[in-house]
Amino acid sequence: MNIANILARKGSMAVTVRPEQSIREALALLERHNIGALIAVQGENPVGILSERDIVREAARNERFFALTVADLMTRDVITGQPHDDLLTVAHTMTERRIRHLPVVDKERLIGMVSIGDVVKAQRDHYQGEVDTLQTQLLAGESGLAH
Amino acid sequence: LTTSTGTPARPLRVAIIGAGPTGFYVADHLLRNPGVAVEVDMLDRLPTPYGLVRLGVAPDHQKIKFVTNAFDKVAASPGFRFFGGVDFGKHVTLADLRAHYHQIVYCTGAQTDRRMGIPGEDLAGSHPATEFVAWYNGHPDYRDCVFDLSQESVAVVGVGNVAVDVVRILCRTPEELATTDIADYALDALRKSRVKEVYLLGRRGPAQAAFTNPEIRELGELPDADIAADPAEVELDPLSRAAVERSQDRATAKKVEILRAYARRPASGKSKRLVLRFLVSPVELIGDDAGRVAAMRLVRNELYATSTGALQPRATDRFEEIPVGLVFRSVGYRGVPLSGVPFNESWGVILNDKGRVLDPRTKEPLVGEYTAGWIKRGPTGVIGTNKPDAAETVECMFEDLARGAVLEPAHPEAAAADTLVRQRQPSFVSYNDWLKLDALEVAHGRAQGRPRVKLTSVEEMLAALGR
Repeated sequence: MNIANILARKGSMAVTVRPEQSIREALALLERHNIGALIAVQGENPVGILSERDIVREAARNERFFALTVADLMTRDVITGQPHDDLLTVAHTMTERRIRHLPVVDKERLIGMVSIGDVVKAQRDHYQGEVDTLQTQLLAGESGLAH
Repeated sequence: LTTSTGTPARPLRVAIIGAGPTGFYVADHLLRNPGVAVEVDMLDRLPTPYGLVRLGVAPDHQKIKFVTNAFDKVAASPGFRFFGGVDFGKHVTLADLRAHYHQIVYCTGAQTDRRMGIPGEDLAGSHPATEFVAWYNGHPDYRDCVFDLSQESVAVVGVGNVAVDVVRILCRTPEELATTDIADYALDALRKSRVKEVYLLGRRGPAQAAFTNPEIRELGELPDADIAADPAEVELDPLSRAAVERSQDRATAKKVEILRAYARRPASGKSKRLVLRFLVSPVELIGDDAGRVAAMRLVRNELYATSTGALQPRATDRFEEIPVGLVFRSVGYRGVPLSGVPFNESWGVILNDKGRVLDPRTKEPLVGEYTAGWIKRGPTGVIGTNKPDAAETVECMFEDLARGAVLEPAHPEAAAADTLVRQRQPSFVSYNDWLKLDALEVAHGRAQGRPRVKLTSVEEMLAALGR
């Protein structure tokens, strides 16, 4: 299983924002789409990621954080995924590096985003499916119907 | 007062398109829900149910087919009907279904293969692996395919389970195959096979190969085929070694160990030879004067890490040529668009969000249309993976029912749908008909010491039902 299989059943594209937009606008987008992170883009090229964490961290020490721009708070060194990256590796990297949102690019063009929640769910379904199939085969062996 | 949909007086009527495992898992989740009264009509373009369990799973893997017992239980539920031999888009249209059902679920799978995109791909003797699989499994649409098994050297491109099935069937003896439910005509053709050497070609390394450890172990235990691998190709490159160590992935470490043992194993004089190759991609099929495949040109690959750490292949400038007269490609699959149903070309699936089919313009869900299985997420996972996938879709269906977002069919009675099918496809096959065919096949098989002997044409099936 790879990232493409997760994106295939996610209708929505990643929600994007421009670096010069205000944090107030960014918050409105997070709220409207009920999501935890926005991808900052220039054209179709992702240049940063802004998560609710980045905003909370700033809000805790700066009363006037609303007036800042996305560029002020976003993380610039973004790790991106590609459609054919396999799920196991992606899950490992996201857990190890504490990444919750992974923008997915294809030939430098942003095509979607997967969250750690998406990855965990896909992995769970994958293991559940394997267990189910193995159980069926074990039952087949026991009943002696197969040879 | 109108009774609300989903009550015994007015059951939720659902059409499921496709009678493969996913269709049955969707039906099961729908019919098992105690709070909602549901009636399911399952349509399939073929007269027989079970999809790839009957027509994809290899004949020498009968245990996997045991899952059909669970499907038969679902089919025995009150409120379930099967209309086999009814083709969506031909016998019934989307408009017909909208007039008879509150909800429609597309579970049509991934019906076509990806191409390699290389010169010579369409030479005689180059085939999609799925056509060979459908042929040896007795698929009515593929029974007349011809494969030139007089060739001595065959290449199978890809290392997923379809590719592994194909090499195994090519390497089995006729005596082994004769105890399976392989199609009779395929057994006859394979008895005359002159295949001696079979290559299994992976574009990445042994650590990235999709085959499972039981599958690769089985290839090393074939009675009349020696297995061989290049010792250099089964050694892990530094990137793969680091990845396996970092993730403490014991299954992959074990896989590499099995492959290393194969590379050390001397040939024992069996009549066939199965050669595992890694880090190679075909770049061209070379034809002879008659336009038949005669050789395959390969490029050696190396691996690089993407920014998530996933390892992908990259071509080097080292090439080689292997003589092969028959090529099966198994480099990925994709869904086929259904008439009038939005399609996501990038992923080869129906455009959807968690199984709700989306309007391509607004990206909002279309009322009453859903999808599940491979046509929803792409071809990945084992049969059982479609169970949680189907559950997700059914959850959306019940959510939408609860807020009244269902179709309002003009003829929501079960009898009306039955009449429609009888008009459009009088020779449809019901589940009871199928159970009769099943009993016939099994009885015929028992006489020969086989699990069953398959009926492989629609005419044969209808004749067996006395039509």
